[in-house]
Amino acid sequence: MPVVTIDDKQIEVAAGSTVMDAAREAGIYIPHFCYHKKLSIAASCRMCLVEVDKVAKPLPACATPVTEGMVVRSHSERAVEAQKGVMEFLLINHPLDCPVCDQGGDCLLQDIAMGYGGVASRYAEPKRVVTEKDLGPLVATDMTRCIHCSRCVRFGQEIAGLMELGMPGRGEHTEVMPFLAHQVTSELSGNVIDLCPVGALTSKPFRFNARPWELSRRRTVGPHDGLGANLAIHVKGNRVYRATPVDNEAVNECWLADRDRYSYEAINSDERLLTAMVKDGGQWLAVDWRQALAQAAGALKVIRDTHGGNAVGFIASPRQTVEELHLFQKLARALGCENIDSRIDRADFAGQRDGVEWLGMPVADLNGLDRVLLVGSTVRKEQPLIAQRLRQAVKQGAQLNVVHVADDDLLCRVANKLIARPSGLVEALAQVAKAVGAEVEGLGTVVVSEAAQALAASLKSGEKKAVLLGAVAQQHPAAAELHSLAQAIARATGATLGFLADAANQVGAGAVGCRPGQGGSNAAAMFAEPKKAYVILGAEPELEAWDAARAHDALAAAELVIVMSPFLGHGSDYAHVMLPIAAYAETAGSYVSMEGRLQSFNAVVPPQGEARPAWKVLRVLGNQFDLAGFGQDSVGQVLAEALPEGEATVRARLGNGIAGVAVAHLHAGAGIERLGETPIYQLDAYTRRAPALQATADGQAGQAAAASGVLIARLGLAEDKPVKVRHNGAETVLKLVRDDTLPDNVVRVAGSLAAASRLGPRYGEISLEKM
Amino acid sequence: MSATYNGPKVCLWTLDHADPASLATYVANGGYEPLKKILAEQTPATEIIEQVKISALRGRGGAGFPTGLKWSFMPRNYDGDKYVVCNTDEGEPGTFKDRDIVEFNPHQLIEGMIIAGYTLGAKAGYNYIHGEIFELYESWEKALEEARAAGFLGKNICGSGWDFDLHAHQGYGAYICGEETALLESIEGKKGQPRFKPPFPASYGLFGKPTTINNTETLASIPWIMRHGGQAFLELGKPNNGGTKIFSISGHVNKPGNYEIPLGTPFADLLEMAGGVRDGHTLKAVIPGGSSAPVLPADIMMGCTLDFDSVAKAGSMLGSGAVIVMDETVCMVKALERLAYFYFEESCGQCTPCREGTGWMYRVIKRIEHGEGRPEDLDLLMSVGTNIAGRTICALGEAAVGPVQSFIKHFRAEFEYHIANKRCMVGS
Repeated sequence: MPVVTIDDKQIEVAAGSTVMDAAREAGIYIPHFCYHKKLSIAASCRMCLVEVDKVAKPLPACATPVTEGMVVRSHSERAVEAQKGVMEFLLINHPLDCPVCDQGGDCLLQDIAMGYGGVASRYAEPKRVVTEKDLGPLVATDMTRCIHCSRCVRFGQEIAGLMELGMPGRGEHTEVMPFLAHQVTSELSGNVIDLCPVGALTSKPFRFNARPWELSRRRTVGPHDGLGANLAIHVKGNRVYRATPVDNEAVNECWLADRDRYSYEAINSDERLLTAMVKDGGQWLAVDWRQALAQAAGALKVIRDTHGGNAVGFIASPRQTVEELHLFQKLARALGCENIDSRIDRADFAGQRDGVEWLGMPVADLNGLDRVLLVGSTVRKEQPLIAQRLRQAVKQGAQLNVVHVADDDLLCRVANKLIARPSGLVEALAQVAKAVGAEVEGLGTVVVSEAAQALAASLKSGEKKAVLLGAVAQQHPAAAELHSLAQAIARATGATLGFLADAANQVGAGAVGCRPGQGGSNAAAMFAEPKKAYVILGAEPELEAWDAARAHDALAAAELVIVMSPFLGHGSDYAHVMLPIAAYAETAGSYVSMEGRLQSFNAVVPPQGEARPAWKVLRVLGNQFDLAGFGQDSVGQVLAEALPEGEATVRARLGNGIAGVAVAHLHAGAGIERLGETPIYQLDAYTRRAPALQATADGQAGQAAAASGVLIARLGLAEDKPVKVRHNGAETVLKLVRDDTLPDNVVRVAGSLAAASRLGPRYGEISLEKM
Repeated sequence: MSATYNGPKVCLWTLDHADPASLATYVANGGYEPLKKILAEQTPATEIIEQVKISALRGRGGAGFPTGLKWSFMPRNYDGDKYVVCNTDEGEPGTFKDRDIVEFNPHQLIEGMIIAGYTLGAKAGYNYIHGEIFELYESWEKALEEARAAGFLGKNICGSGWDFDLHAHQGYGAYICGEETALLESIEGKKGQPRFKPPFPASYGLFGKPTTINNTETLASIPWIMRHGGQAFLELGKPNNGGTKIFSISGHVNKPGNYEIPLGTPFADLLEMAGGVRDGHTLKAVIPGGSSAPVLPADIMMGCTLDFDSVAKAGSMLGSGAVIVMDETVCMVKALERLAYFYFEESCGQCTPCREGTGWMYRVIKRIEHGEGRPEDLDLLMSVGTNIAGRTICALGEAAVGPVQSFIKHFRAEFEYHIANKRCMVGS
């Protein structure tokens, strides 16, 4: 390992390091703009020029490899003179109006100019002006401020996998821009805001709302998917203004999916439930907490006493905290109810499982896989940053194999793929199982295609392998069969079996036992065989449930529905008591990520209005019934009770094994069928209420029905026109868009969509009719 | 004295024959013999490189880097594809020599590239042809077809069992694509922007593979060296500056054009061959090596011989051998304005000093030319130039600064007059 001297400090660094790497290791700061630890080296800003002994010209630290005995001076007169020269060039065409720039106070150029810039400019010529670009609803531009560091361009190519920004033009006419008449649509697009060292790319929803120095940064964890992204919420005067990533190499690295960045808008939404409300003679009355809790507990007690505990259904969102879910199931069980579930959008609960489904490995290990089989996952939209990690693995030579219901562009090389209709997904996976020689009974009739053979060959080679089940597989009507087949494939090939949790606390919900107990009903059964009463925590079953229409009808017919929610929502249609609870960021608590990582956080703002953290509401509800064990004073106490050994308790409860499932769904249906997966920005109550996310291409696409051009033509329908969608005896009108990634005879009508909420189950036969 | 050169010419000798570009002319005069000999004898690469080193052939594209040394940088035992690339992206203002080689002696270039490919272990070669000489793309393709038909290209060349092919690549006229790594990016279909070095093309070149890039005239000189020996080539010129060199003389001379003469020929002789300064005028200044070479005043230039070392000693560079002659009617401010505009317009925009600095220099010079100069402008220009030169990814920064600093250095009084009087010292 070469020993180098930087600014009189001797340091031994790994061979192949650059001067910048060595300086960072030595704790020496070298000013830079284009250099970024996660991106390729551009060496174009020239800010990091340093003096290297025996070299006549100053060299860029970011691109200069160290050699044994190299002596570098980053703060010598020559180095600083070169750096100051570059700084002057960067500033001549940059507007010097920091007070009106949204980046002011938060700007790398401003910071470094304080150290290396002149007091006055020697540039007396006209300054460059660059026209604005429309990058969509998330990223605002002020392109005149661009210093051409190309970080945003490299991010698209190298991290997001989609080059949506480029730098056409030459010399001074070089401009960062999207393709003509295109916006930036990547689900990771907001990261360019963090990467941009100046005010050229800023957050559109946040723009001109606050100055960075007025904001306190407070840490929390992303409430959407099961990654558990670390983020900082920026707060001023008890209001959330924006969210930015917090570096955690093991989880989100330095990135954030757009939904973690922009869903804070929902916290400030007009739809917040701000006071407790009870329905009295069909009218909603705002009441104080004491009355609301008394009324809720009283009514629930009557039903429990009359019909027994199992006349009640307890449904919670898997995005509530460990503490909330623990108290929720504890309350249910104390009331003699075993109908407890958080798997609202699941259809198939068959088989015996040996634990809580999880990723089966650390998230960071995904990058090092060399063979992957991804089953039933629209991974870019379900797991934006997991998709990014898989993309990096593919770049390193991993073979990514896919068995899915749509031929999505994963923005990386896919080694082999089997694309089947939803009803054919089990058969497709069964082909792979048979081809790898997995021990599964009943595959005698399965014909192994060439593609499945090739896929199997890929899985049989390699060292570090994983079979990962995505949200589509987990929501599938034959999810247990897919699970069972995936398990057999993993066993036959020596791969790790893993689940991509699509909810922030999906693993935590399982770990604290937010699952039906002996004799209890699961979520789907609770709606299929309606209960007298329901207690709903944070969920919106009328949108999210496997069969949203049936869930809504069950709730509407119930004698009592108690809804605990941060939002007014549709609860007001069917609920009898509505209790305002804190939104994410307003409550302390913990999530368990898909890799089993327990992450606790504090509230970053107080709850709005009369809302209270749900764990406190549940605790007081317990008190209303005079139940023992509801005397906790802090979330810490609740967590200690829920997971006594913390993460170790979680680990002891994890397990991806399944038994007792016969593979039977080996024949695809004949008719046109629905694909009812959850779109990226319909994922939960927060994303649905974030206007900027809804305005994106992904947000809009989720609202339409989609079918392949072939199917649209065969049915004599027109693209981009309204179409009548019939399913399960109900109908709705949606815009029909063309999506050639879908197999024939498949119509994507998203689940969790208000406009489609009357249509019934997420999968099954569907028909389209001309308007 | 009447200056003429009647000795051997390395590149443009076919012009003394009818149908100079044809395969028949080339073969009838010993063309492709060196290649056949090398293939028949399986001459070791090291021997060929040794001859090129002895020849003191220096890169004809402008930098004057010893070709033999460059070739020796290519990895010998590399397990994978390697490439040879010819740089015919002749974009330096004042330079028009490579086009004549491609037009009038394409087979010598083809043979040179094949020998280079053989020596360097390349799988294929590319000739990158400048966008503004697009008609040569067609004639080059035609010459390649001829060579292929004659068995000099393609599979099993001359029955040796060795395969090698050449391709043409059409540039679109960007000056920066003449920079070797920008040229590689351009062939790869990317925006023509120089790469940071290291790694150098010899280790990471075209498509990431070891690559040697040489100028057209350099590669076209190879068959001559292989035929007559490195020593003979060296003796055509002078020590450390072997061979003849094509000088493209333009500007205020009576007979502008390409003159292939030995390196080391006095400038005064070349000027005389070109018919002298146009009648009734006197020599004022010369840019001896293409527009990026620093300008030299008449007195210095008239005492200078044309070889890499002498011109460097005189404070400029031989560059590509493009000699731009200016007589006393030239306003140096206006001339510099035009040159500064060129570099401003041709900067690729990738790195900061060049992107921002070339525009700054151009705008200040333009102001001076248009009577809006300020006394402090000249020092500012010198300082901005210092902040660009040596701090950029490629040499375009230095190329842009060379004219500015040299014009001000040698003709400062003219600039000061322009600033003070808001008009030219020369002319009306």
